[in-house]
Amino acid sequence: MSLAPLDPILADFRTQILEAAKNGRTINIQGGNTKQWYGDHPQGEVLSTTPYQGIIDYQPAELVITAKAGTPMRVIEEVLAQASQTFPFEPPHFGANATIGGVVAAGLSGPGRGQSGALKDFVLGVKLMDGRGDVVSFGGQVMKNVAGYDVSRLIPGSMGTLGLLLEVSIKVLPISAKTQTLCFGMDQASAITQMNTWASLPLPLSASHWLGQTQGTLMLRLAGANAAVNSATQKLLEQYTGEVVEATLAKEFWQSVKEHTHPYFQIPADQSLWRFAVNPLSPPLPLPGATCLEWLGGLRWYVGALEMAQARAIAQQFGGHVTHFRGKKVAGTSVFTSLMDNPLTAPLALVQERLRKGFDPHGIFKTNRMP
Amino acid sequence: MNTITTPNLENQQQALVDQLRDILPEEALLWEAEDTIPYECDGLSAYRQRPLAVALPQTEEQVIQILKICYAMRVPVVPRGAGTGLSGGAMPIVDGLVLSLAKLKKIMAINPIARTATVQPGVRNLAISEAVAKHGLYYAPDPSSQIACTIGGNVSENSGGVHCLKYGLTIHNVLRIRAILITGEVVEFGGLAPDSPGLDLFSVLIGSEGMLAVVTEVTVKLVPKPALAKVIMASFDDIQKGGNAVADIIAAGIIPAGLEMMDQPATIAVESFVHAGYDLNAATILLCESDGTPEEVGEEIERMSAVLQKSGATRLQVSETEAERLTFWSGRKNAFPAAGRVSPDYYCMDGTIPRRKIAELLTRIKAMEAKYQLGCMNVFHAGDGNMHPLILFNGADHNEWLRAEAFGSDILETCVELGGTITGEHGVGIEKINSMCVQFGENERNLFWAIKESFDPFKLLNPNKAIPTLNRCADYGAMRISNGVLAHPELERF
Repeated sequence: MSLAPLDPILADFRTQILEAAKNGRTINIQGGNTKQWYGDHPQGEVLSTTPYQGIIDYQPAELVITAKAGTPMRVIEEVLAQASQTFPFEPPHFGANATIGGVVAAGLSGPGRGQSGALKDFVLGVKLMDGRGDVVSFGGQVMKNVAGYDVSRLIPGSMGTLGLLLEVSIKVLPISAKTQTLCFGMDQASAITQMNTWASLPLPLSASHWLGQTQGTLMLRLAGANAAVNSATQKLLEQYTGEVVEATLAKEFWQSVKEHTHPYFQIPADQSLWRFAVNPLSPPLPLPGATCLEWLGGLRWYVGALEMAQARAIAQQFGGHVTHFRGKKVAGTSVFTSLMDNPLTAPLALVQERLRKGFDPHGIFKTNRMP
Repeated sequence: MNTITTPNLENQQQALVDQLRDILPEEALLWEAEDTIPYECDGLSAYRQRPLAVALPQTEEQVIQILKICYAMRVPVVPRGAGTGLSGGAMPIVDGLVLSLAKLKKIMAINPIARTATVQPGVRNLAISEAVAKHGLYYAPDPSSQIACTIGGNVSENSGGVHCLKYGLTIHNVLRIRAILITGEVVEFGGLAPDSPGLDLFSVLIGSEGMLAVVTEVTVKLVPKPALAKVIMASFDDIQKGGNAVADIIAAGIIPAGLEMMDQPATIAVESFVHAGYDLNAATILLCESDGTPEEVGEEIERMSAVLQKSGATRLQVSETEAERLTFWSGRKNAFPAAGRVSPDYYCMDGTIPRRKIAELLTRIKAMEAKYQLGCMNVFHAGDGNMHPLILFNGADHNEWLRAEAFGSDILETCVELGGTITGEHGVGIEKINSMCVQFGENERNLFWAIKESFDPFKLLNPNKAIPTLNRCADYGAMRISNGVLAHPELERF
């Protein structure tokens, strides 16, 4: 245990963790309470990270921001925007009070992920409080760091099951000089091939989105140097029938895709939203009705009634996994695909269990939020 | 050099060889001294050890069988690629097997539309780019050793290169890894889908220095070859100005394809070697590259030139042709052999620091040169803050080697003090294991061990590397305080 005097808020966190350990209870970590619906139903007493907030270090020339877990995303993104920088993976907030800690723990990325990489690719360092109440730091603020195992990248998407995230350092990038969105009418199968063909050419792609049933609309976002975006626009519109989307409309569109405020995601309470992460070049999934593609076809959203087993089988057939993203949860069935579902990941379930035990010997963070 | 002399080791060797003979052809198993000597070190030749035996499987099935045998016999296994690593990560263990993956070198599949290549671990880094060049694609990470190093080794070390500022490290360019656990179980990490279920074990495996699983297949991401690349060579009369220029470029919102720096001793050493026309009067030289479409490169070179000028560059040259671009780079790429010409031996360090501390670290290294009475030249990935000081010494003089080692540790610990890390891309291996005690506390190291044991409960895969034990750190702490030499260096402290 560290001998340095602990910040009073962290001391309070530690007390809660040690108390839980003593009484055999679990702790359900909460930031801005914007993503409680995500994942399996969590158990345990709520520990709110919001008292622990603030930007610790941000120097634009270092391309990294370090913040306390409870810092609101809107505060961070405003500071970045002032220096013309951004998180290129465009993490969804899913609510006004989203915190950086919650965003990292959920591990979700938005439209930019298709070209720029996922949230985890940008995480450079973390400070955690583990299940013993010890504060531990991994990674740092530098881009290249191979000292020890990459624990920093293990935290995104771990849903609070490894420890209490206290601070995080994330790489940022300059906002592109120019962004422009093009729109093309296209059927789904052609859109999948077309997006990937474009991605194999030196074009400044930054996001892709297709929505429709058989026929649909392909939205393609270009971003980069002025000259690069202009010449790519010209090339694409010469070869394919499409048009430039007006800048404000385009911005609103990508925002609505990121935050799921787009009409496609407005589903009735008795319906379910499924998130399929598959091999991008998979043909249209064998599902009736409208579907929505992102990330060059790697991410496919589907609204409809499906059994989890059926959804998992489809996902596996196309080289990926599925999440029952929104909708009524079924008791006893995880909303996530399990490592046990695939013989090539099944042995890793034991590795994962041992690893969790290493971080959390008393099972304080074993909230059943994810398998 | 160690030789196998004790009866106990001889028995162990015999038992292991007997078992491995059943599954490997004769030429794929080495144990005679003259055969295993080539494997006694990797690129860090100061550390040597002969193993019990070396296995060179040709199929994944053989890898599985080898691991099952070693697991049953509790024999340590050191995986090895091309042996180009610079931190002793592939240094053998006296009672262990070296598992060379060099013969698993098939390119299994290339998919130009998906922009992926699936290859066996022994495929060389550059061979991937060569194989996909006809599709206008390449594999972006380009460590200096790319002509020889293997993708399996790159995955184990999370290798970088001169272009990772813009294109990322190995972890950003690999999609899927097939690997064998020490138990012989086949597993897959990552995949073609954009994410995977469960905890992100893929990220833990990358850069794990062969300590968690043995890689048998890798699917890499390929990127379109830029239509054009141009490089600016900028001279500065002052290190501080050069260091600041690096930050100024980034602050201007530019991410160069490469941003490299060389100090004067390095420029002088390489100029006599490559005759690239470097400015020998400059205190430091910056190479700043732009790639992309011709329009993009034109625009970016203009912006970069303006920033460099404003930062106080005394001379700017922009490559006009591809041949000229390669000439400008030739010095940077040949810095290591050039160091070999000006000094009998050199010791290459690999710390990373925040960009704003570059000038400070260079100034402190200058002071260390006097302290340790050894020269040092600096060539490094300035854009990433990844420094490669080359300490010049004469290995024939043991005292010089000890001073070089102490000089190196001093540099690494200064990197930690400046908010950085002891290794940016070469790995910890055996070389920096003591410095790990400085960078991480006991709690962090315990969690590293927990990760190790989650994959490998008996600690058989590349044991004694990368993560120091409590005892080792306690000894190292005592040694640093007394500023002396470790007592009983023959004792294991891993």
